Amino acid sequence: MPSLFRNFYLKTSMARTLNLHLKIWRQPGPDAGGWFQEIEASEIPETASFLEMLDIVNQKLISVSGDPVVFDHDCREGICGTCGMVINGVPHGPQRGTTTCQLHMRTFNDGDTIWIEPFRAKAFPIIKDLMVNRSGFDRIMAAGGFISVRTGAAQDANALPISKEAADSSMDAAECIGCGACVASCKNASAMLFTAAKAGQFNMLPQGQPEKHRRVLGMVKTMDEAGFGNCTNQYECEAACPKRIGVRWISKLNRDYTLAVVHDTLLAPVGKGGGEG
Amino acid sequence: MSTIMLDAKIPAGPLAQKWTRHKQESKLINPANKRKFTVLVVGSGLAGASAAATLSELGYKVKCFCYQDSARRAHSIAAQGGINAAKNYQNDGDSVHRLFYDTIKGGDFRAREANVYRLAEVSSAIIDQCVAQGVPLAREYGGLLANRSFGGSQVSRTFYARGQTGQQLLLGAYSALSKEIARGNVQMFPRTEMLELVVVEGHAKGIVVRDMVSGEVTVHAADAVLLATGGYGNVFYLSTNAKGCNTTAIWRAHKKGALFANPCYTQIHPTCIPVSGDYQSKLTLMSESLRNDGRVWVPKKKEDCGKHPSEIPEDARDYYLERKYPSYGNLAPRDISSRSAKEACDEGRGVGPGGLGVYLDFADAIERYGKDRAGGRELPQAELQRLGKEVVAEKYGNLFEMYEQITGESGYERPMRIYPAVHYTMGGLWVDYNLMSNLPGLFVLGEANFSDHGANRLGASALMQGLADGYFVIPTTIAPYLATQKPGSVTTGHGAFREAAEAVNVRTKKMLDIRGKRSVDSFHRELGLLMWDECGMARSDEGLRRALARLPELREEFWNNVTVPGSGTDVNQELEKAGRLADFLEFGELMCIDALHREESCGGHFRVEHQYTKDDEAKKLGQAGEARRNDEAFTYVAAWEYTGDIARSILHKEPLQFEEAHLAVRSYV
Repeated sequence: MPSLFRNFYLKTSMARTLNLHLKIWRQPGPDAGGWFQEIEASEIPETASFLEMLDIVNQKLISVSGDPVVFDHDCREGICGTCGMVINGVPHGPQRGTTTCQLHMRTFNDGDTIWIEPFRAKAFPIIKDLMVNRSGFDRIMAAGGFISVRTGAAQDANALPISKEAADSSMDAAECIGCGACVASCKNASAMLFTAAKAGQFNMLPQGQPEKHRRVLGMVKTMDEAGFGNCTNQYECEAACPKRIGVRWISKLNRDYTLAVVHDTLLAPVGKGGGEG
Repeated sequence: MSTIMLDAKIPAGPLAQKWTRHKQESKLINPANKRKFTVLVVGSGLAGASAAATLSELGYKVKCFCYQDSARRAHSIAAQGGINAAKNYQNDGDSVHRLFYDTIKGGDFRAREANVYRLAEVSSAIIDQCVAQGVPLAREYGGLLANRSFGGSQVSRTFYARGQTGQQLLLGAYSALSKEIARGNVQMFPRTEMLELVVVEGHAKGIVVRDMVSGEVTVHAADAVLLATGGYGNVFYLSTNAKGCNTTAIWRAHKKGALFANPCYTQIHPTCIPVSGDYQSKLTLMSESLRNDGRVWVPKKKEDCGKHPSEIPEDARDYYLERKYPSYGNLAPRDISSRSAKEACDEGRGVGPGGLGVYLDFADAIERYGKDRAGGRELPQAELQRLGKEVVAEKYGNLFEMYEQITGESGYERPMRIYPAVHYTMGGLWVDYNLMSNLPGLFVLGEANFSDHGANRLGASALMQGLADGYFVIPTTIAPYLATQKPGSVTTGHGAFREAAEAVNVRTKKMLDIRGKRSVDSFHRELGLLMWDECGMARSDEGLRRALARLPELREEFWNNVTVPGSGTDVNQELEKAGRLADFLEFGELMCIDALHREESCGGHFRVEHQYTKDDEAKKLGQAGEARRNDEAFTYVAAWEYTGDIARSILHKEPLQFEEAHLAVRSYV
């Protein structure tokens, strides 16, 4: 029975293919040394995604050495933020506003050499090969990346009008997928863009105002404790962000932070009750 | 001999009062006692995260597990289009009853009425909750929330956040979860996979998990276990699910006694990007919201299929959805739209590689919006086009971008090509009105259960169900069960934990020891192809029997010839995949058994033997080629019991009684 699907398998795979020289970072564990493994990837269809190219490579590695490359990935549609590797020195590779899973091989040329490394940062310890531990982001979120509202305590959604501009702007920040490319691109391994986007989403909205100061103080403190570096305004993060989150959020965080410090020290100490000033 | 008695525990009284009365009559647990109970939540998507956060707020001790590296990454995040709620903010005649009826009808009258009504009833509170959490849903200039319309409904009741509604709602639930983690009341276990359910004296009392970094296998005891582990779409290998989505948790629970309901109900989503090659690892969906403005067509004549779409004149195009379903047009429900696309391609009128695609065209929308923006001004055509594209970009910009990234083509310049793909699975573990399975103490939420969508889910209803279950249903319905339990009565010292952990270790070792010749992926692709061919968009007696003959062979080959490199004491992604695939290989058989037994067509389950004919159409029974239900014989939930041999699974029937909804032919003409 020639089914649709089978037809498809017969009729496709006519796309242009590439032969590539890969140099992939291999590291057995967090404390082990690492090296670049050289792999020849041949006949890679240009319509394949970057991760599908690695799938093809891994299928070969499994049969040859039994040691496939470990890398994080899940949704493969650019939204979960699980995947991420440094490709030719750039987090998520050469195409702006694109996650690794959405990068397609047509971006490369036949005969290219491609260097593939993990996101490197002190606060992102390598687990194995290209897989890193980004739990620092979760700790930053637990330090204030929320609005404390209990389920069931909410008023009618339209009881609080919010200007379209504020909502849209909040959404710009909320689009962050938490992949960590901002950290990987920064020479200081700073998490300012991530933290700024997360705090900014809430701080733009009226619902976010009551906890604004404690949110900012808590998230920044945790960011520092997690081992992320300082921001020195090089804007590499904005260039690397697959969701094009702008550095204006960092400006806003800095402003909100100053205000929070003033409130905390002079007007209404955070965590000690008192008014909102 | 089976002793299971299915009792859906539907509260008495009129439909509209059942939930209110149930809440009033349910047992409560006082705040001082709540903290003595531990609840395990497996999965951190919309259902899992909202349940974990809310139960923790109430005072229960919660442990939450997910296979992702962070709770924020569960696949709910990929839902694009929106979430339904019966707010009637648009004043277009919406109501709880209408949302209820659309959902029941959309599910082709194969869902449980009381559950669906409750879903519609709590839908409004979900929107309130999310907005209070700071979810930036789309707004109008006046500051009020915006809505869009969606397939299968004639009102505008869908709330959205650009094309990333699932992301925003999940981040909302994750923020609530983070708040409870910070409070120390939820313990989070990322990169942790559940591999076994522990049952003690008939009650679910714990789980066995594997740490996916260290390989360590540990056991966790609790007073109740909640599974919110999503659907089983990856049985088809290619689907819109994330790569890690799997059926292991619910399948393991099934093998420990939980009934699996309606496994054959799967949803094929009409608007996905067509497959481009045999290396393809997943399919990408584009929100159904695109059908608000895009027009679906194929050439009328086969000969035109190879032409550039701009060379095909208007009168040579077949806008088949508008032709066949004039009142719903391009917004016909998913199953109907998908099947229509398949029919067009089967007739040889498909476009793109392999003839497996139909056009989704925005040219008219661009022109219409351009004129709207011009506001009566006479502008040059190029300027009108620019204005029109601006509006389309505002509404769907990210989807157009995604399409271009994947295909290398611009949807503004030429029609997009789309094709149906496996998307959502309506079946799942059987649960009663309280979301409890037939195993006391085992609750199942979200896509992992079977309860609310019948044989087909309407767009923008999955997010609604996940959050309804987690935020509003389970916090009420878990208490009556816990009230019958002595908190902490079962500990990991019980022999059942040691046995379950040992079973996990034995299985892992067995997979590692095979050292065969075929990779896990190659088996998974073969399984996927088989399931798509024989148990996909159209199913036949003959095809299903072919699949049922092949599946045990494939399983046999897997257990003798798969190669799983590496060890069990380290990160081993091949081992993870192998374990999941082993469960899919078993589950696929139950799916085919269910599809074979259901001798009717309903919603996403289309049996070629059961469709309306031209004669039926003449008699005004139904449109030729549409799904023909058999209400007399099949108005029931098929809940399957595991017996040790899948081929001998025992069928239990929960009859569906309709008090409010009138069983009708599902017409969208």
